[in-house]
Amino acid sequence: MPDRDTLIHIYTTMVRIRAFEEKVEELFLAGKIPGFVHLYIGEEGVASGVCASLDRSDYIVSTHRGHGHCIAKGASPRRMMAEILGKSTGYCKGKGGSMHIADFSVGMLGANGVVGGGFNIAVGAALSAKMRRSGQVAVCFFGDGASNRGTFHEAMNMASVFDLPCVFVCEHNQYASTTPSTYSVSVKDVADRAVGYGIPGVTVDGNDVLAVYEAAREAIARARQGGGPTLLEAKTYRIKGHFVGDPERYRDRSEVERWREKCPILRFEDRLRADGVLGDAEMEGIRSAAHQEILEAVSFAEESAYPDPDDAFSDLYASCAQGEGCGI
Amino acid sequence: MREITFSQATLEAMAEEMRRDSTVFILGEDIARQGGIFGQFKGLPQEFGYERVLDTPISETAIVGSAVGAALTGMRPVADMHFADFVTCAMDEIANQAAKIRYMFGGQARLPLVVRAPDGVIKSAAAQHSQSLEAWFVHVPGLKIVIPSTPYDAKGLLKAAIRDDDPVLYFEHKALFAMKGPVPEEEYIVPIGKADVKRPGRDVTCVTYSVMVHRALEAAEDLARDGIEVEVVDLRTLVPMDIDTVLQSVRKTKKVVVAHEACRRGGAGAEIAATIAEEAFDYLDAPVVRVGTMDVPVPFSPPLEARVVPRKKEIVEAVRRIV
Ligand SMILES: Cc1ncc(C[n+]2csc(CCOP(=O)(O)OP(=O)(O)O)c2C)c(N)n1
Ligand SMILES: [Mg+2]
Repeated sequence: MPDRDTLIHIYTTMVRIRAFEEKVEELFLAGKIPGFVHLYIGEEGVASGVCASLDRSDYIVSTHRGHGHCIAKGASPRRMMAEILGKSTGYCKGKGGSMHIADFSVGMLGANGVVGGGFNIAVGAALSAKMRRSGQVAVCFFGDGASNRGTFHEAMNMASVFDLPCVFVCEHNQYASTTPSTYSVSVKDVADRAVGYGIPGVTVDGNDVLAVYEAAREAIARARQGGGPTLLEAKTYRIKGHFVGDPERYRDRSEVERWREKCPILRFEDRLRADGVLGDAEMEGIRSAAHQEILEAVSFAEESAYPDPDDAFSDLYASCAQGEGCGI
Repeated sequence: MREITFSQATLEAMAEEMRRDSTVFILGEDIARQGGIFGQFKGLPQEFGYERVLDTPISETAIVGSAVGAALTGMRPVADMHFADFVTCAMDEIANQAAKIRYMFGGQARLPLVVRAPDGVIKSAAAQHSQSLEAWFVHVPGLKIVIPSTPYDAKGLLKAAIRDDDPVLYFEHKALFAMKGPVPEEEYIVPIGKADVKRPGRDVTCVTYSVMVHRALEAAEDLARDGIEVEVVDLRTLVPMDIDTVLQSVRKTKKVVVAHEACRRGGAGAEIAATIAEEAFDYLDAPVVRVGTMDVPVPFSPPLEARVVPRKKEIVEAVRRIV
């Protein structure tokens, strides 16, 4: 059992992610967000449970559904929100949007629009950490759908043969877009695939944040001590559509409702209450602080300016400020 | 003539070819149960079954790779890439395998394979969901490149691509799927390798394809009000390229703008401009002008995206520069 501060930190992270995502959904439906957004609602236990054992200097590699990973790793909701609204104060100055948020200052190496694009970047970060003897760990978040990319295989094998400090966290939320994992994944538990790479494979209930926390803590500690990679699978569920606006014709409402009852936040609240860690009033305080924080993030984002159109030409090459202006 | 959408036109092409030839099948992500992001596969599994309309795992390498293997052994697969950006995940299968197998093995094999790739900029989809990558494949001998602009051409060319015995990359711009246009009820084919003059004009030739055809037509409309007549040549296929139609137009107008949504540097426009310079240099009264997306990844924020992607305005300006 983690100490009280850790428990409160985990709870706060989950609640902040939920508040952020609910606001993003609202803003998207109000037509304020360009592009498309993928929400993490219902899956908060995974990022919160895993990142609780990471240091600021550790790395994570994220996915198209990355807002939760960002917040859990310590990114600022203000700059995330500004990015999602396409503003110049956003993490990527408006160049990235929801699907491409990164905060290198907290080791968040980027969301990814390409499913399975992150596996080997995580392997590289772990390789680099090992070569630099830095003691850092790289965590790669990925979906059940992503586990079917060829990149998965190459990453697992190489991380294993090089004994890299890498933890692969499968967010098994039952669907890849409209496709159920029962249809497209060859095994019931993605963690079973670890056998093929000679690494530990662990499956936990992803909506039980403490189970995620314990399994991740062990895997991260092993990686840090030179024990090599782990494939950790968290079984969870995407409560919202694949993207905001998804007609969701591929699943029954009753299925969604069943999973709603397993909400990782409500479950954790029951636990915290039962164990006497937090009372209702304290939890309410944490929730309202989170809402306040997100409201401020929205004001910040809305008041921020759009980038100057010519900023489109900056940041292409490290060797010159203006890609177009420097003869490249 | 009845009007249907680009998406419906491609759907009809698929259905007609699947009815005609039982070896035609399609595979890709979220196509059978969902019907495709643009509804372009709706109803196919109901008519042809889930074995010929295959939902695959997220495995682009396997989608294209298995299509290559199936094509080699008697089937006519159509592989859907979801977004053209993800062809990168099947580059070996396209460039090293599909493009080379027939030649490398001395003509023993045929590869009747179509890779469908929805491309282009739409609604702030950002850097990894907005690309137009046709030029990469123009550079690989052994592939054919089809890139239609209207529902009529989309249908006729998709049918031709499916019947073709060589690997064809079929690029369909995401912004075109909802566009309506006349499509006859009767069956027809648009041959691969034939350009189409979408608007005649005597002053400037605009050589273009895909979504830019429509922007060129809008530009031509505007310029006509000032007495400038632009001839819009829709290439429709890049390999093989109907350079005769282009040269015929250039000999008449003596001025050329080449326009595409892919980025300018190393784009198909460079190949077109170079060919015009080689074949019709003496006819030219002005340098060939290229219009394309600025050479940066497509940024997310609307003002940034608008800044780098060429529309009617950029074509009008390019024409004005040389008339
Ligand atoms: C290589 C690639 N193929 C297809 C897509 C389109 N796509 C985006 S998200 C997605 C589903 C991903 O499923 P999963 O990995 O389970 O993650 P989840 O969305 O469930 O979090 C698909 C097919 C993509 N972005 N990249
Ligand atoms: Mg999933």
